[in-house]
Amino acid sequence: MHDNMEIPVGPQHPALKEPASFRLSLSGEKIMQASVRLGYNHRGIEKACEERTYIQDLYLIERICGICSHAHSTAFAQAVEEIAGVNLPKRAAYIRTLVGELERIHSHLLWLGVAGHEIGFDTLLMYTWADREIVMDILANVTGNRVNYGINSLGGVRRDISPEQVRQIAKAMDALEERTKYYIELASVETTLINRLSGVGVMSKKDVLRLGTVGPTARASGVARDVRKDDPYAAYAEINFNVVTDNHNDIYGRTIVRLGELMESFNIIRQVIKNLPDGPIAVKVARKIPSGEAVSRYEAPRGEDLHYVKANGTESPERVKVRAPTLANIQSVAFMLEDRYLADMPIVVAAIDPCFSCTDRSIAIKDAEGKGKKKKIVDWESLRLHGIEWYSKQGIDFTALNKRFKR
Amino acid sequence: MLKALFNILIFPGFLFLIIFGLAAEFYDRKIYARFQNRVGPPWFQPFADFVKLVAKENIIPEQADAYVFKLVPVFALTSVVTAFFYIPLWKTGALYSFNGDMIVVLYLLTIPTVALFLAGWYSCSVYSTLGAMRSLTQLFAYEIPLLTSILASALLANTWSLSKITVFYSLHPGLWAFNLLGFIISVVTLMGKLEKGPFDIPEAETEIVAGSLTEYSGKLLALFRLTIDIEMIVGASLLAAVFLPFGLTLHPAIGFILFLLKVLLIVSIISLFRTVLARLRIDQMVNFCWKYIAPLAFLQVLINLIVKWTLVR
Repeated sequence: MHDNMEIPVGPQHPALKEPASFRLSLSGEKIMQASVRLGYNHRGIEKACEERTYIQDLYLIERICGICSHAHSTAFAQAVEEIAGVNLPKRAAYIRTLVGELERIHSHLLWLGVAGHEIGFDTLLMYTWADREIVMDILANVTGNRVNYGINSLGGVRRDISPEQVRQIAKAMDALEERTKYYIELASVETTLINRLSGVGVMSKKDVLRLGTVGPTARASGVARDVRKDDPYAAYAEINFNVVTDNHNDIYGRTIVRLGELMESFNIIRQVIKNLPDGPIAVKVARKIPSGEAVSRYEAPRGEDLHYVKANGTESPERVKVRAPTLANIQSVAFMLEDRYLADMPIVVAAIDPCFSCTDRSIAIKDAEGKGKKKKIVDWESLRLHGIEWYSKQGIDFTALNKRFKR
Repeated sequence: MLKALFNILIFPGFLFLIIFGLAAEFYDRKIYARFQNRVGPPWFQPFADFVKLVAKENIIPEQADAYVFKLVPVFALTSVVTAFFYIPLWKTGALYSFNGDMIVVLYLLTIPTVALFLAGWYSCSVYSTLGAMRSLTQLFAYEIPLLTSILASALLANTWSLSKITVFYSLHPGLWAFNLLGFIISVVTLMGKLEKGPFDIPEAETEIVAGSLTEYSGKLLALFRLTIDIEMIVGASLLAAVFLPFGLTLHPAIGFILFLLKVLLIVSIISLFRTVLARLRIDQMVNFCWKYIAPLAFLQVLINLIVKWTLVR
């Protein structure tokens, strides 16, 4: 048997929900070295934002991520509102908080199921995803959509909440709280689950600070970092809640943190619907945003989401920059993988709750073997030529077709 | 001659095993789904899957050894079907038996695992190789406890023949209750053998895609899947014969129904464990088998020795 076997996990692999490539150098079952490659899902959203108006951008930005779509659109809206000097109506801030927390609940339940699947515990996946439907129904009811809610507008929100909906939300929270308590109990007694999660993907507090991880990944190592507390936005300044931390430093700790955050989210939502202020849900914002720049932070379910917007006095932004939480966390994955078992690889990657399409910022072309030539960055025109050339090598020629459609 | 052919090919041989194996797969999948709050597949799903796979093209990787690649599924299937003839089912005594057939059955039941190893090894893909290595590592962990617990039961009956074991327990009703520990041990190890439940490490989907079977497709994959289904029946029948040897002297029809129920009981236990446990790591699996299961199996041997000296004279 070879001493060091190279095993490719990705770009296509059952453990990954999105394309990313991990090359693991194995000695038996042990991972000696891991390298991460991203860039399979680059969509050029930042660039596209510069060619659209602010309103259009809001919807485009929302589509950065299917899971934390509200996080991105709120972060962007906050940045634009700051440049435009708009004061958000209180009711709008509360509704944004509400949708944000509902999103956190659905994201954490989804994560719990994915984590279960990665360690071969499909029953947990089936249970949590069935419970997740409760919150998905509430989201569909409140915003009109299950994903990509489209509730934000510049200067407020687009839909109000009726007393009937408030009642439904309160009922759903009770049901979900009961289920979450069951999962917390499960996580504290189920031996195989504990054996698979504890001691895996260990990152000390020092490493967390050095690698700059965010969100539950950092909080599970005792770093109480939460934008909702550190730099309150929307209605978080007026709400009582705890930042859940844990000292396990491993994936078991991250599970406990996420379960604890679910309980906090129920608490936050109850406070929001109880103290929902009256008043308008939006103010008008001019189509042209004055020159200026702003950075906005948002605590997405995966961690701190950061948006930078630069305005130049026109209808479109001059520059939009998104730093999704996965970008901050992905550095830690290679670190956590080293000297671990191959069997731990899927859960270590899943434990940061990765979202690769949020993270990808460029496409780099490498030869298939990954050896030899240096990486080269490809611009739009040469990418197009590369495509034409590649297809003509395969014997497919689009010239006639292009002529027919006058391209 | 004609009767022997009928026995081998139709009942209780090949055809019966195919139908029962696929039906048991459906039962396993259905209750697994119901445990998970899912609807589960319709009754014909395993049959439909089988027909679909058989209708598909065989793709053999360029680097793979085509001869071994094609041969091992047939090899595995033949060995499990052969093992079935030596197991007493619904009456005392099997279709064929000789002194020492217990060892032969256990040996024949090891062949599918070895076939899986060869299949993975000769596929020449990284995932298959890893799956093959894991299959073999797992074999060394569960085989000894399984053998020991069955041996303990045979020790009490003072014979190496499965048929004579059932005869002995029919003559001494109630003695099988001493083997309950061995029964639990062998169900756990059978899960390892079938690569099910928390021991599905060699085919861990999220790590090594499908393990040894990653490169398999079409008819060859269908054969392998059929082998695993039939192995489940044969393994469960073996445990039923050795550890649950009651009702074998009743009317054959009642005995037959009892046999089906015993097999389904064992399949249910396996499904239940599959539902409530997460997959172990290979090191945890080996540790678990050697630290807890193997000593318990030896404890069963000790219990049976004491029972033999005190009760059975």
